[in-house]
Amino acid sequence: MNNPQGSVRSINGNLLAVEFEENILQNEVGYVVCGEERLKSEVIRIQDTTAFMQVFESTKGLKVGDPVAFSREMLSVQLGPGLLGQIYDGLQNPLPELASRHGHFLPRGVTLDALDAESKWEFTPLVEPGATVRAGIPLGRVPEGIFTHYIMVPFSLAGEYRVEEIVPAGERRLTDTIAKLKDARGNIHEISMVFEWPVKVPIQTYRQRYAPVEPLTTKVRIIDTFFPVAKGGTYCIPGPFGAGKTVLQQITSRYAEVDIVIIAACGERAGEVVETLREFPEITDPRTGKSLMERTIIICNTSSMPVAAREASVYTAATLGEYYRQMGLHVLLLADSTSRWAQAMREVSGRLEEIPGEEAFPAYLESRIAEFYERAGLVELPFGEKGSLTIGGTVSPAGGNFEEPVTQSTLKVVGAFLGLSRDRANARKFPSIHPLESWSKYPTLVESAQVSRAKNILFQGNEVDQMMKVVGEEGTSLDDFTVYLKAEFLDGVYLQQNGFDEVDAVTSPQRQQYVFGKVFEVLTAAFRFDGKEDARKFFYELRQRFIDWNYAPWESDEFRAQEQKIEEFLRERIVHEESVQ
Amino acid sequence: MKKVYNKIKSIAGNVITVQAEGVSYEELAEISSRRGKSLAQVIKIENDLVSLQVFAGSRGISTNDEVRFLGRPMQVAFSEKMVGRIFDGSGAPRDNGPDLTENLVPIAGPSVNPTKRIIPRKMIRTNIPMIDVFNSLVVSQKLPIFSVSGEPYNELLARIALQAEVDMIVLGGIGLKHDEYLFFRDTLEKGGALQRSIFFIHTASDPVVEGLMVPDLSLAVAEKFALQGKSVLVLLTDMTNFADALKEISITMEQVPSNRGYPGDLYSQLAARYEKAVDFDDAGSITVLAVTSMPGDDVTHPVPDNTGYITEGQFYLRNGRIEPFGSLSRLKQLVNKKTRKDHRAIMDGMIQLYAEYKETEEKRAMGFRMNPWDQKLLRYGELFERNMMDLSVNIPLEAALDKGWEILAECFEPQETSFRSDLTEEFWPKTEAASE
Repeated sequence: MNNPQGSVRSINGNLLAVEFEENILQNEVGYVVCGEERLKSEVIRIQDTTAFMQVFESTKGLKVGDPVAFSREMLSVQLGPGLLGQIYDGLQNPLPELASRHGHFLPRGVTLDALDAESKWEFTPLVEPGATVRAGIPLGRVPEGIFTHYIMVPFSLAGEYRVEEIVPAGERRLTDTIAKLKDARGNIHEISMVFEWPVKVPIQTYRQRYAPVEPLTTKVRIIDTFFPVAKGGTYCIPGPFGAGKTVLQQITSRYAEVDIVIIAACGERAGEVVETLREFPEITDPRTGKSLMERTIIICNTSSMPVAAREASVYTAATLGEYYRQMGLHVLLLADSTSRWAQAMREVSGRLEEIPGEEAFPAYLESRIAEFYERAGLVELPFGEKGSLTIGGTVSPAGGNFEEPVTQSTLKVVGAFLGLSRDRANARKFPSIHPLESWSKYPTLVESAQVSRAKNILFQGNEVDQMMKVVGEEGTSLDDFTVYLKAEFLDGVYLQQNGFDEVDAVTSPQRQQYVFGKVFEVLTAAFRFDGKEDARKFFYELRQRFIDWNYAPWESDEFRAQEQKIEEFLRERIVHEESVQ
Repeated sequence: MKKVYNKIKSIAGNVITVQAEGVSYEELAEISSRRGKSLAQVIKIENDLVSLQVFAGSRGISTNDEVRFLGRPMQVAFSEKMVGRIFDGSGAPRDNGPDLTENLVPIAGPSVNPTKRIIPRKMIRTNIPMIDVFNSLVVSQKLPIFSVSGEPYNELLARIALQAEVDMIVLGGIGLKHDEYLFFRDTLEKGGALQRSIFFIHTASDPVVEGLMVPDLSLAVAEKFALQGKSVLVLLTDMTNFADALKEISITMEQVPSNRGYPGDLYSQLAARYEKAVDFDDAGSITVLAVTSMPGDDVTHPVPDNTGYITEGQFYLRNGRIEPFGSLSRLKQLVNKKTRKDHRAIMDGMIQLYAEYKETEEKRAMGFRMNPWDQKLLRYGELFERNMMDLSVNIPLEAALDKGWEILAECFEPQETSFRSDLTEEFWPKTEAASE
C-alpha cells in the first residue's frame, strides 16, 4: 500500500502548510523531499486538506510544490538493548555515529538507526513455549553492561498471547526473531529484541502506581536534608541565569543514588553537554566500579539545533526513562531546561497564529507541562517488581522572576521546589537553593521535627537580620543576635557545600544524619557570651572548624580528630542544653 | 537561470511581497529601484506570494521594480585576502579595496555536532584581575559584556582584543556609531593587530536590515578559519541592535510578540549565533566576546535576559569597572585549577568578603554605628576596589593573587576569612601581622 503524499504550499520558518488528499494522522511523521534530502517533519494541525507540519531541520532552500511523503507512523523511538551509554539528538539519532560519517557539522536530512541492528546480545529465555504472556512480561533477558535488560512483550500488544516458539539461550542479533506469539484470533506475531513506541504517549504497562515515599539521595545536603526528592517523584529547579542550575544538575547526575540517569539537554549550551559526555566515560561510579557512562543516556538537543527537535527531545527522554522503569530499575530524568522546551512550543504556536496566552505562551502550556511531569512515578510492574522514574526539570524564568507562566505551571505539578536565588549565587553560596522559599512534600532522611526546628531558626535569623537593617546591631538584643549567628552558622557549614571538592561535594546519607545531629546540637544549645563581638568571634571560629570537618573524608582519622576539636571547643562555651520545644 | 519578477504586491516596513514562482526559502534576490540595487532575502513563502526583507530598506521602491532571484542563499567570500580588510553588512568592501567574489561560502550553516567539541582548557590571559582572577576567559567561550550606554565597553573590547593571544580577530559591528568604528580601526592599527583582523561593519546610518547579516557573516568567516586550525576571536558589538532589527522585521511580519515586542524565537536566534563558539577536537577554535547594551540598566530586559541564558557567563560593566556581582565566567573552573592552588580560594573568598563589605557599606550609609568587624570590612572594600577592580590595573594573574593575600592580611586575621586552614598557612603573608 502506498503511503499518502502531499505537497508544500507555504513556508514560514520551520512551519509548513502541506496540501494532502488521502487520510493522515495527527502527529504523523512526514518527509519533505528537497533535492536529495528528506527532511523529517511532524503534523501538528490539520485543516481541510491542509496539514501544518513542523520541520525538525532547517527549511532553507525549500520550495512551494516540494513533495511530502507521509509515513503513517507517529514520532517514535526505538527501544531495546544498547541504549545505555548513548548520546542521541532529540530524535534519537546517535551523534557519535553522525560525527564519524558526516564530520564536524550536523548534516540535514540524515536519519540513522538509534540501535545497531547488527549488534549481538547474549539472550536467555525466561518463558517456555505454551506460556501465556501480556505486554510488559519479560520473554527473556540479555546483559547490558551492569544491568539485566529484559526483553519484554512490546507494550503496544494488547490482550493475552500464547508463546508459540522461543529461541534457546545463545547469542542473537538485535533484530533476530526471538519469539513467536499467537493472539486470540490465531495470528502470529514475530518478536525481536527491539520495538518502537510513540514518544508522546506515556508507557502505562504497569499494575498500579504508588505514592513516592522512599528518598532519592542526591548527596547534596540542602536537598536531602531540607528539601528532599523521592524515587518516582518530581521536582523543579527554577533560577535566573548564573544561579547554578546546571552545576546542580551535573552534580546530581553524577552522585544520585539511582540505577540509570537520563540527561535531556534541551535547548541549552552545547558546552555543558560536552563536559558531561567527555568526562562521564572517565569517572568511575563508586557503586558499581564501572564508568558512569554505563548508567547514563544523553539526549542532546542544544540551543542552536533545530527548535522542533528540541520540543521532541523531552518526550524522547521520558520514553527511554519509562522503558528502563519497566525493567524494575530506578531512573532519574534530568531535563535542562524545560523553559526552552516551552519556548519551542511558543515558537510553533506563534507561527500557527494561535491566540496567545500569558507572555505569548500557548494556552495549552499548563496541560503539556502537567502531562510531562505525570510521566514520573513509582509503579508495580506486570511481573511484580517495582520501578520508578523521577523527573527533575530546571526552569529558566525570564528575568529570574518566578511569577512567569512556565515556573507557575510547573510549581502546580511538582513535589519539590528548589528555588535558586541570584543573591545567594552572587555571594558565591553554593548550592544557591533558597532555604526560606523552597519546599518539598517528600520525607527527609533525618528527623522531620529537627528539620522544622532548624528551618525555624533560619526563619528567625532572617527576621533578626531584616530588623538589624532597620535598627542596627546596637538595637538588637544579644539573644536575637545569637539566633542570627546560629542561622548564619547553619547556612555556612551545612546548607552550603563546595561543589568542586571531592569530599565536600558528596555527602552520604549516613554522614548527613551524623553531621546534622552535631549541627543541631549547636543550634539548640545555649551559650554564654560577653557581648556581640565575642559571640561573632565564637561562631566564626566554630564555622571554620566545621568547614574543615566537611573536607575530611567520612570516618577517617582526620574526620574523628576534627570532631574531637569541635567537641572541645564547644564544651568550653555551652551552658546547658535547651529543652527541645 | 535567474528569474525576474516585477509584481510587488505589498511594501511594509523593510519587507516587500512579490508574486513569484519556484522560489526557495531564504533565497537571495536583487531589487533594482531608482535608488540603485539592493539585496533582499526570502523570509516567508505563501503559495505564490514571496516576502523578502530588503537590506537597503524599502524607501523609494516602486510597485513595478524588478526583483531578480539569484537562486542561492546568502554567501560570503572566504580567502586569505580578507585579512586586514573592512566590509559592510552585505559583505561588500567598505575600504575602497577590490571586491572579493571567489570561493563563496554559505553563511548561517548547520550547527556543530556536540561530539566534535572538546572541553575548553586554555585560558585567555587579559591581565585584568577582575577577569583573570575572578572570571577567567577561556578559549571557545561565548561571553557578553552587559552595560548601559556610555560605559567604556568598546574600549574594554579593544583592550582584550589587543592583549589576547589569538591568531585572528573578526570584528562584527552592528549599528556602530561612526566614531566607534574609527576607534576600533585606529586602536587595532596602533596595536599592530589590524593585519590579523577582518572587519564587518554596519554603522548606525546604514539600513537596519543589513545589520542582521553581520553576526552570520563574521561567524561564517571565523568558522572557516577555525576549521583551518586557527584560533579566532570574534567581537560583536552591539548585539542589542541586532535583536532590535529582528524585532522590527517580526513586527512588520505581524508575528505575535512574546515580550516587549521581541519575537518568540529571540532565544533561538541569539543562540544560533552564540553557539558558533567552539573548540574543535581536531581543528581551531572560535571565542565570542559580545557587547549587549542594557536599556535602562535592566538585566531583565529580554535581550540581556535571553543572552545570559545562552552565553557562558557575562561581564557587568558599571561605573567603568567590571562588577564582581553578577559577572561570571562559567568556564573558569575548567582552567583555574591548573593555575595556582590558591586561585579558587581567593576567587570565592574575596568576593564573599566583598559582599559582606557591601552590606556594611549600606548600614554605614544609613548611619548605624560601625563595630570592629565592620571597620575591617570597610577597609577591605576600599583596598579591593582600588587594587583589584579598577580597570587601570594591568598585572598578570600570579601578581594579582599575591595582591589578594596582601589585601586580606592587611585587613583580617586568617580565621576570619573562612579560607581553609591549609591555604592560609601556606599563603598568608608572614611578615605583616594584621593590626588591631
